[in-house]
Amino acid sequence: METVASVFLVAGSLLAVLAAVGLQRFDDVFARMHSATKPATLGLVLVLTGAALVTPTPGAVAKLFLVILLQFITAPVAAHLVGRAAFRAGTELSPETLVSDEVEVIMRRPPEHQD
Amino acid sequence: MIEVAATISFGLLGLAALLCIVRMIRGGGIADRIVALDSLLLMVVSGLAVQAAITGEDIYLDVMVVAALLAFTGTSMVANFIERRGS
Repeated sequence: METVASVFLVAGSLLAVLAAVGLQRFDDVFARMHSATKPATLGLVLVLTGAALVTPTPGAVAKLFLVILLQFITAPVAAHLVGRAAFRAGTELSPETLVSDEVEVIMRRPPEHQD
Repeated sequence: MIEVAATISFGLLGLAALLCIVRMIRGGGIADRIVALDSLLLMVVSGLAVQAAITGEDIYLDVMVVAALLAFTGTSMVANFIERRGS
């Protein structure tokens, strides 16, 4: 049981490092939010599960799962609020995250030219 | 076994928190800073969970619940502030 818990703790911390590296390397708020919310939430869940495997009392396990539940509820809501606020405040997008849609040209061709 | 894993875990979480603080200082806007602060608090919560796992004390878990709730409250309040004032 301790071995499994150790693996969970280290894996969760690695995901936290991954989120922080993404926070450094992405170019705008929206890309950074993508890296900050998803791996960080999974990392927290892994760390808390690892802690729940070694804590002896049922009350401690209940508190750990309460935090997991709260995180699953609040993380998307908070990310949505920050993303909407940043977009409405006119935060500029990085040009590298804007792509042109090449399929759209094919879809708009008249039917007789389609292969 | 669990002590070694906890030491490695504390080192990795400290590195992640350091990277978050660098992003908070370099900024790029209030939204970047609040995203970095949110993930910093997530790492604090993870560190408290690791500490609770190796010591087996319940008091860290209470602090952890409060920190997780305060992270959400702070983030949503600053998001509200950005929306009204602009970045």
